[in-house]
Amino acid sequence: MLEEAHKLKAQGIDVVVGYFEPHGRKDTIEKAKGLEIIPRRKLVYRGSTFEEMDTEAILRRHPQVCVVDEFAHTNVPGSERTKRWEDVRVLLDNGIDVLTNMNVQHLESLNDTVWQVSGVRVRETVPDWVVKEADEVVMVDLPPQALLNRLRRGVVYPQEKAQKALENFFKEPTLNTLRELALRQTALEVDVRHEPQEDSRPARSPLPGNQSGPHSRSGESADRLLIHITTDPSTAALIRRGRRVADYLGAECFAVFVNTGSGLHSLPVAERQTVEKQLNFARNLQIETRILEGKDVAETLVSFARRQGITQIFVLRTRGRNLPAVFGRNLVQQIVWLARDMQVTIVAEHRRR
Amino acid sequence: MSETHLNRPDPEQLLRQLQAAERYERRGSVKVFLGYTSRVGKSVRMLDEARRRKERGEDVVVGATQPVLSPDVEALLAKLEVIPLKFIDGIPVMDVEAILKRHPRVCVVDGLAHNNPPSSRHARRWEDVEELLEAGISILTSVNLQYIDEYKEKVEQITGRHVVESVPLSFLRSADEIEVVDIPTDMALERAGEMPAETADLQDSETAAQQQKLGKLREMALLLAADIVDHQLEMYMLRHGVEQTWGTQERILVCIKAGVNARQMLESGRRNADRFRGELYVVHVREGDTSPQEEAGLNESLAHARSLGAHVEILEEQDWVAAVLRFAREHRITQIFIHHSRKETWLERLFGSGVDRLIRSAEGIDIRVFPQ
Repeated sequence: MLEEAHKLKAQGIDVVVGYFEPHGRKDTIEKAKGLEIIPRRKLVYRGSTFEEMDTEAILRRHPQVCVVDEFAHTNVPGSERTKRWEDVRVLLDNGIDVLTNMNVQHLESLNDTVWQVSGVRVRETVPDWVVKEADEVVMVDLPPQALLNRLRRGVVYPQEKAQKALENFFKEPTLNTLRELALRQTALEVDVRHEPQEDSRPARSPLPGNQSGPHSRSGESADRLLIHITTDPSTAALIRRGRRVADYLGAECFAVFVNTGSGLHSLPVAERQTVEKQLNFARNLQIETRILEGKDVAETLVSFARRQGITQIFVLRTRGRNLPAVFGRNLVQQIVWLARDMQVTIVAEHRRR
Repeated sequence: MSETHLNRPDPEQLLRQLQAAERYERRGSVKVFLGYTSRVGKSVRMLDEARRRKERGEDVVVGATQPVLSPDVEALLAKLEVIPLKFIDGIPVMDVEAILKRHPRVCVVDGLAHNNPPSSRHARRWEDVEELLEAGISILTSVNLQYIDEYKEKVEQITGRHVVESVPLSFLRSADEIEVVDIPTDMALERAGEMPAETADLQDSETAAQQQKLGKLREMALLLAADIVDHQLEMYMLRHGVEQTWGTQERILVCIKAGVNARQMLESGRRNADRFRGELYVVHVREGDTSPQEEAGLNESLAHARSLGAHVEILEEQDWVAAVLRFAREHRITQIFIHHSRKETWLERLFGSGVDRLIRSAEGIDIRVFPQ
């Protein structure tokens, strides 16, 4: 990224570094030499001083191109915006081009896979649609062996921290898997950008009120996914999976919660908060949400899906008791039973064994 | 990650492994820099690594360079020991004898796909490289997607240009390391205009169309690298007796039952596998007798599956749910496609249908149930 900045500068383009995080790495610091760096902004939070990107200062300086390290970073509370990617969008809105970087594990829809692979639940995530907005995505590839060598030589982290890293996240199979994920993700990003005739970006047409029947889009029978939101904590994983599948298929994606009472306030506080959190999360991933009311959850969900021309319902596998069907079907069984005219995808909760 | 140990390998397999390990120890290691087109910066990246290694005290030489050198490449070469190419019938050839005599620890070989003239030691440069590796010299080399045997046809369809030289995919798959050199397509186009390169004719045509072509090549190169990484990972898991329980590539398994029209589900399976750039598997479990009519329908479905390029298998087992799950685990399946059950028998009413059982026991795998 810094090399490209140098090249742009050599071409006479006005480049600045808006945020730079060298982690004390000599090579990296060396590479930044000769580039204009905008000083960070200092913020005090709970008695400690934090340094963040000074978006206002960059806007005042208004370069043609701004280099921003660590796209997925979460700003300290009290900052103007919660996430660095939101700061980047402000720069873009003001006509400044941005070069930025992130690791594959920071992509929202891969969060569960990354956890399964590495045992690490990554908190700093970037929604997929934000990455999709980028004009270009480039893979920075490095074979794990090379990275491990760099770690052992103390290039990446100081020795003590390096040893810890080698024992945890930086294991060869973990790194290889992350690398494969990154390669496949970049291939997808490239594909989406270079196939204009095939509409592989998800369309953003809203749920059409209460109209009936599948509406045809560009002649093709387009996929329409419906995610069933519940209070189950694994719902976040279900939402991510649904979003990811929809993105791959170029499908529209919706999410609903079925309330058996009337109004969300009828729910116990904890449940209501969970549902609101899930709905909010879905909306952050640009999924249109609805709250439905009905006594019978499966019935309400399936008839809504039918009215809206949904082709595929995404549900979470019900955990816990699995009594013979004669004692009454569980929710998944009911939905599968009722939605025999459409596709139902039962998403596996990912567990680390 | 789970540490489930696989079955013990048989003695013969162990012996083969030992022999492979021995050979592996003597042999030099090879690192391949893969680019989706020329001028993406493979040579610079490779030579820069050679420079860094030399600075760290490794014994590195350059055994072969490209015919045309960019200023960046020249600058790096100035810092390295170069064994000059020799000329046979006026064609530049890597001097294998000289390199063997010099016997460095690491040798840089640019242009892996290069063809040697008839009277050379080997017909192809990658065969020269094999000899150096056997002699215990490690190799840094670079190749462009269009020269990989198994990809040549596909690339030719995109670029419309035929190339003679080639390197087998197996060379890349057995490489110790592979590194993708990825740059944005517009930059690749720009660079193609900078120098008298093989892609220079690109700039005359319409840029957007060229970008799209390059995009396709780029995607192919990235996915090829992903497949190689996947292969390496599988080998690692095998060597360490570790079972992989997750999939980074989507692998779809379509289950076909007798007496059901599977056309729609098969086509959806194909489309999904394509969209996900994944693999498609189709299985049928033989449970008992089928009517001639069912048999005919089934054969038609299986033929259709084969025509769609799926890996098709017929399993014989009493319990189809167990058979499907075992197959799915063995093939690291991430999604199972299956039809809704048509009607319930009283047994199913009591214990749940097969689909129910499958849903219940398919931990870690998505189940997609289709209308009949």
